[in-house]
Amino acid sequence: MFASPADVTERLTAVDYLSDDAISTSVFLAAALGKPLLVEGPAGVGKTQLAKAVAQATGSALVRLQCYEGLDEARALYEWNYKKQLLRIQATSADDDIFTEEFLLERPLLKAIRAEEPTVLLIDEMDKADVEVEGLLLELLSDFQVTIPELGTIVARRRPYVVLTSNATRELSEALKRRCLYLHIEYPTPERERDIVLAQVPSLPAGVAEQLARTVATLRALELKKAPSVAETVDWAHTLLALGRGDLDEETVAETLGVVLKHNSDHERAVKELGLA
Amino acid sequence: MSLVDRHIGFVHALRDAGLPVSLAEGLDAARALQVIDLVERESLREAYAATLVKKPANRPGFDVLFDLWFPPTTSGLRQREDVDLDQAPVPELREHLAGLLMDGTESELRAFARAMVGRFGRQEARPGRQNWFSYSVLRALSPETLMAGILREVLAGQERGGLAEKTARQRVNSGIRRFEEAVSADVRRRIAEDSGIEKIARSAVRPPLDQLDFLRVTKADLARLRREVHPLARRLAARLTIKHRKGRRGRLDFRRTVRASLQSGGVPMDTHFKPPRPHKPELVILCDTSDSVSSFAHFTLLLTYALREQFTKVRAFGFVDTVDEITRFFQPGADVLDAMSRLATEADMVRFGRTNYGHALETFAERYGDAIGPKSSLLILGDARSNYQPPALEVLKSLAGKARHAYWLNPEPRRQWDTGDSIATDYGTVVPMHECRNVAQLTAFIEDIA
Repeated sequence: MFASPADVTERLTAVDYLSDDAISTSVFLAAALGKPLLVEGPAGVGKTQLAKAVAQATGSALVRLQCYEGLDEARALYEWNYKKQLLRIQATSADDDIFTEEFLLERPLLKAIRAEEPTVLLIDEMDKADVEVEGLLLELLSDFQVTIPELGTIVARRRPYVVLTSNATRELSEALKRRCLYLHIEYPTPERERDIVLAQVPSLPAGVAEQLARTVATLRALELKKAPSVAETVDWAHTLLALGRGDLDEETVAETLGVVLKHNSDHERAVKELGLA
Repeated sequence: MSLVDRHIGFVHALRDAGLPVSLAEGLDAARALQVIDLVERESLREAYAATLVKKPANRPGFDVLFDLWFPPTTSGLRQREDVDLDQAPVPELREHLAGLLMDGTESELRAFARAMVGRFGRQEARPGRQNWFSYSVLRALSPETLMAGILREVLAGQERGGLAEKTARQRVNSGIRRFEEAVSADVRRRIAEDSGIEKIARSAVRPPLDQLDFLRVTKADLARLRREVHPLARRLAARLTIKHRKGRRGRLDFRRTVRASLQSGGVPMDTHFKPPRPHKPELVILCDTSDSVSSFAHFTLLLTYALREQFTKVRAFGFVDTVDEITRFFQPGADVLDAMSRLATEADMVRFGRTNYGHALETFAERYGDAIGPKSSLLILGDARSNYQPPALEVLKSLAGKARHAYWLNPEPRRQWDTGDSIATDYGTVVPMHECRNVAQLTAFIEDIA
């Protein structure tokens, strides 16, 4: 898929995802070693975006499994089409085999395994799912195969590129982590954040983007309940643009602080520490 | 040393430092080495990190060891400099550093740090032997004192105290931190060159944040810990809800069971149960806020308040030698730092200023005794060092008797209990005492009681 980490950086940049050494190397290794990539980090640093960018950069199809509490096999892997099976039994003689491909409903994981064309499988917010789902994934992640009791084992025709994301609201199991390459994305350096803002909001003047990135870095250094995310920085840039402000002075910051800080106590703290009042 | 030996040695060093690296992960790393360009040091580092380090808390330790086992090449790196780093007088060097702190790249900063360690960090120990120190480098250049000059230059007539100053300060501070790190990394590299990697590796790695001893945390660590309170509370709460949902079933739901039995002709084939009543203890926290254990008490208070939803009610009392209720400082949405500083100045916890458990317990029983009822769990935080004052064991016994549960968390290592003025065992016979030295032990405990 990729020739080298530098190649990754270049092709991700082409689809407006600015990567760094850690991201490029992990993305490259996941492709070269054929292992799933587990991405962790605070909310809004571009974990899901990374999977989308990889799909776009390599021209693969993106299959997404959004995890949530109560997600089970029937919605993640496959399900039998009971209605169709019932009709078949009623319509024909009873000894007809009703556990064949024909009656199988594909769910995201099975779809990714059976895909003919290159595929990126995104398993999003893994930590939201129950612990059992992790067990379900182990076979898929280590051997890229799925066992359906009635049909036998289905081996991937073409290994999908698997990306798992997690906000670390709970610790994922050791077994899962062992099978994956691990990438922790932190808040970017001010320089990189400036570039990200400029890539996302091209019409913003470079000087404002610089000020914006520095201010957000200062906010993150305060002890806040919830530090502003990259996504919120980009929102802030959009806000400034919409208000037509060409400069990020104290007054503007005080007026628009709500875009990046969403807790009242954080807001008060920032106003006090930055002397905005 | 061949590449394989170095790889094996590195993996072993990681395990020695407490990182859980499995055999399979070691093999993955070896496979990764085959596909990446080994000359690119940063991608080598990230390749190792992606395959071996699966917890962010372990990353700083990993980086230290990586720098020791795969030191950067230093020859031929000397860039064309506008200052001669070996000869230039100190003021000129400081000026150069000031420039780097504002807008130097990472590699420039590191190259400068290397040159400075070479110049100021060496001290002759014996003829033919030398030691390397980072403090002598930092003393010679004293980067902290550059702040005023940089600010003057950057702000250039702008109003002080505003956003611009804050942003610049933050930038310089993070620059100073990176410079200090670069200096100590280079010092470690030079020591390893002189006397072997193994010798320095053992002492160079600090324990990850959740293993840090509460009694030894520095101010910076404490700030990092405070930042972890909310993510930690969220993680704990998620785990507790899972545990409660999975736990025992509730009482028999008679109505639904009888209804369901109609399907099977009045025979109750399926039994139905009411959902379990959520168990939410009432928490009364009594904590020693004297200086010796304050960081532990503060962290625990913050964590219990972040977990407020898991308890019906939390009341907190602080004492040094007399007691005051401190619940009011932890209102929902209150600012953490604010709460801590108000706690120190406004609460009335000190009479003579020396910890006195006996008197504190007596005052507590007298003034707030009715806070403890049959539904509440009593949690006492402290090191049980009472300056040889009478312990008031009877009072504690009656308090513990009134509560549904009583626990004592002691931040001292178990082997130091009962040494000096500690009366841990005396109190421990009345109220079960748990060792609680780091965040890992604290979370395990909270998970148990909630």
